[in-house]
Amino acid sequence: MKSPLLTVSGLQMRFGGLLAVDGIEFQVNPGEIFAIIGPNGAGKTTVFNCVSGFYRPTAGEIRLDARAITGQPGHRIARAGIVRTFQNIRLFRTMTAVENLLVAQHAQLDTNWFSGLFMLPRFRRAERDALERAAYWLEKVGLREYANREAGNLAYGQQRRLEIARCMITQPRLLLLDEPAAGLNPQETHELDLLIRELRDQHDVAVLLIEHDMSLVMEISDRILVMEYGRPIGIGTPAEVRSNPRVIKAYLGEE
Amino acid sequence: MKSLKTACMAALLTAVLTLPLLGAHLVVNGLSTTLVVNLWPVGIAVLLVFVAQLLDLKARLGAITQALPTVSLSSASFSRHIRLWLAVVLVAALIFPFVASRGAVDVATYALTYVMLGLGLNIVVGFAGLLDLGYVAFYAVGAYSYALLSQYFGLSFWVCLPIGGLFAATFGILLGFPVLRLRGDYLAIVTLGFGEIIRLVLNNWDSLTHGPDGINGIARPTVFGLELNRRASPGGTTLHEFFGIPFDSLYAVIALYLIALLLVILTLFIINRLVRMPVGRAWEALREDEIACRSLGLNPTLIKLSAFALGACFAGLAGAFYASRLGTITPESFTFIESAVVLAIVVLGGMGSQIGVILAALLLTVLPELARSFSEYRMLIFGLVMVLMMIWRPQGLMPATRPRLELPTAEEAHQ
Amino acid sequence: MNDLLPVLAQQVINGLSLGSIYALIAIGYTMVYGIIGMINFAHGEIYMIGAYVGVVTITALGAASGAMPLALVLSGALIIAVVVTAAYGWTVERVAYRPLRGSPRLVPLISAIGMSIFLQNYVQLGQGARDISVPPLLPGNLFEIDVEGFPVSLSLTRALIIFATLALMIALTLYISRSRMGRACRACSQDMGMANLLGIDTNRVISFTFVVGAILAAVGGVLIGLSIGKINPFIGFVAGIKAFTAAVLGGIGSIPGAMLGGVLLGLTETFASAFLPTEYKDVVAFGLLVLILLFRPTGLLGTPDVEKV
Repeated sequence: MKSPLLTVSGLQMRFGGLLAVDGIEFQVNPGEIFAIIGPNGAGKTTVFNCVSGFYRPTAGEIRLDARAITGQPGHRIARAGIVRTFQNIRLFRTMTAVENLLVAQHAQLDTNWFSGLFMLPRFRRAERDALERAAYWLEKVGLREYANREAGNLAYGQQRRLEIARCMITQPRLLLLDEPAAGLNPQETHELDLLIRELRDQHDVAVLLIEHDMSLVMEISDRILVMEYGRPIGIGTPAEVRSNPRVIKAYLGEE
Repeated sequence: MKSLKTACMAALLTAVLTLPLLGAHLVVNGLSTTLVVNLWPVGIAVLLVFVAQLLDLKARLGAITQALPTVSLSSASFSRHIRLWLAVVLVAALIFPFVASRGAVDVATYALTYVMLGLGLNIVVGFAGLLDLGYVAFYAVGAYSYALLSQYFGLSFWVCLPIGGLFAATFGILLGFPVLRLRGDYLAIVTLGFGEIIRLVLNNWDSLTHGPDGINGIARPTVFGLELNRRASPGGTTLHEFFGIPFDSLYAVIALYLIALLLVILTLFIINRLVRMPVGRAWEALREDEIACRSLGLNPTLIKLSAFALGACFAGLAGAFYASRLGTITPESFTFIESAVVLAIVVLGGMGSQIGVILAALLLTVLPELARSFSEYRMLIFGLVMVLMMIWRPQGLMPATRPRLELPTAEEAHQ
Repeated sequence: MNDLLPVLAQQVINGLSLGSIYALIAIGYTMVYGIIGMINFAHGEIYMIGAYVGVVTITALGAASGAMPLALVLSGALIIAVVVTAAYGWTVERVAYRPLRGSPRLVPLISAIGMSIFLQNYVQLGQGARDISVPPLLPGNLFEIDVEGFPVSLSLTRALIIFATLALMIALTLYISRSRMGRACRACSQDMGMANLLGIDTNRVISFTFVVGAILAAVGGVLIGLSIGKINPFIGFVAGIKAFTAAVLGGIGSIPGAMLGGVLLGLTETFASAFLPTEYKDVVAFGLLVLILLFRPTGLLGTPDVEKV
């Protein structure tokens, strides 16, 4: 049994009097695709915000490997290897696609001012490598020919893919996708399905995703956590979740 | 006739607004205050507003301003000739002090100080999107660093210049560290508060700064170790003695101009490199979406701090130069108005646009000098310009075009 | 230290009257911020304009009839100052801010800074940059008592400031909580878009907040002129920052907060100037502003807002 990559235990998030998330427990194993589903307002994005360091949970613990990362600032968590996309895509809209990928590599680049000011070979090499990596990822998500286009001018599906590429270029260990299929047509959803599998298989990344598209979730996920009113009501493989009576009643039953 | 009705209403409103302030002038005679009524300004204002409203001048002017071409510095034809253009401008700038009148050189030196301040603040406001209303504080730190180090320790300008820059940058870091996590408008107010605090401290710390009297007799810069004064200081040599030519105070004016030019070129060089470096990209990314930056592992505080400290550093350099040029400084030179003038330069030039900022700095400093009667209305017009620019052309006269790093297309890459 | 008590008592009185002025100005900042989320940087100049219009009116009335009853001169000055200053508040919003609805946050702020510079220099152009002395309309004290051998007094002007502020605050609170316009204001500060959808004329509500802010600032301006005895075109800048400090201290967006913040700041400042060199009085106020924004940006009565990711 491999040790889990991400361990969330007893997670609770309270906003004033509102208990948005309570008693959330799950683990994501290396190489696993793990989905969180639940009706709107169930607290899924709040869990994401806690894991990615945008909220400081009011109780509970989050570990990456064996290291507690609870309540650390977002940029430190990102550097530790957890990066995310956003429900309402957050690209740098006036920067080009390739620049978006360069900014994402900031942590890995030569940011020494001296070598940059005098254009030392070390700096040039770092910049060239960064461009090459950017080209690689643009190719991967099918945006190579849009490299110099402003991100805000890309089509919606392209923006979603660019956002994923921007995450992947930071070489994360855990990728958080917040409703990646929202607004995509069936063809694009299918491509997304393939892309996520490919990332997992070839780039050694575990995926934690929130998604409303049930067919995508059921097909792609290794395990699923179902939430309702901020609490977990079921966890397991797609088959287990599908046959869980509480889940059927609360969520799938309404369809 | 809706427009006629609006125009009449606007004219009436103008009359109400201007009557007590422009129409009735308070005159103090000893202990008593009397009113002198002069309706001319009111009449003119009312007429102006009436006509402007009737012709819908605001919309028309607005349309014209918006229709002004966007000068794109990354356009192909421009970038092809950019080296040529730069060379021409540089040569002209170098020849200028030897052919122009003494007064003109003096004004140009003054303007170059503002170019430097504008470029420095542009990093903070234009690139990093942080509204700093206390920018003048760093200018003051640079000026007082030089003045005090020179007075108390006899350090030379060229030693103090980097020290002044470093001091100002250190101040920027000390101040920036706690405040940079504040939201934009709060940041603006806090920096304003800090700027005022620094000025008040300079004004009241008599034992160190001589309070409101300021510091006099600050040494001029030297040129390769040669002094620019009529008489050499003990152990020093003056320029004219060294070359065996008669003394002319014009030499000092020219030397100061050239030093200012050198500083501006240095500033431009550094900034132009920085915007092509990861930190430059990070500034823009941060301005656009701080949350996305954090999610990718960029530390927003550190990145903002770099912009803040760098901007402060250039203000410090400009301050040290200012002190050495005038030879005397007082806290009164570092009021909020000064920050506002530099901000007006950045806003007019176009936030993030360096050529725009340079032109705006020249425009806003040289114009009041050329037309003396204009200088009375200088700040009035600055204020108006800021409002109108925000309404018509918030991106500035020459909007920023950051050099884009282009990825060659697949075909180009294969060639 | 048997002279400490009278000093304290006198400082409390002075602090209350100064704080009342801050509170009057702070309301303008806080209401505008509560509704459109912008710092109306030019509000300090509005207050300064109120002071000037007040002095012009007092001088005009005094010259016109020599021996007009005092109450008439005073109420005339207040009324005209309020009307003209309200017109300024309305015009400033209409000209410099309304075209910028929906722009990024810093755009209206820069416009406001421009407006502030413009108004300051405009008044300077019309009235000169020098101090203008204000005729002492209300000399004398409301009371003067003896505390352990030292006099403690409340001047008539100061009393007027405190009572006028109190009355205006009560009236404003009632108006905001009872009237139709007050309800619309509260709706807009909750959710401007929704209020608009529900048929509230949001532009009118915004204009209303600027007018109310200007009215209170005008009263403050006229009264401070009487109290200090001189005005100049630069009084708006510092008073503006201090009133903003008061608004932030109380919790920006909160009307009771502005009152509380104003009084607290007034007291802090008078006590500071009683025990520190007076030159550092402004440093104390600015330092307080910086500290609050750093450590408790929601102020005393404000509510924290959660960052939306």
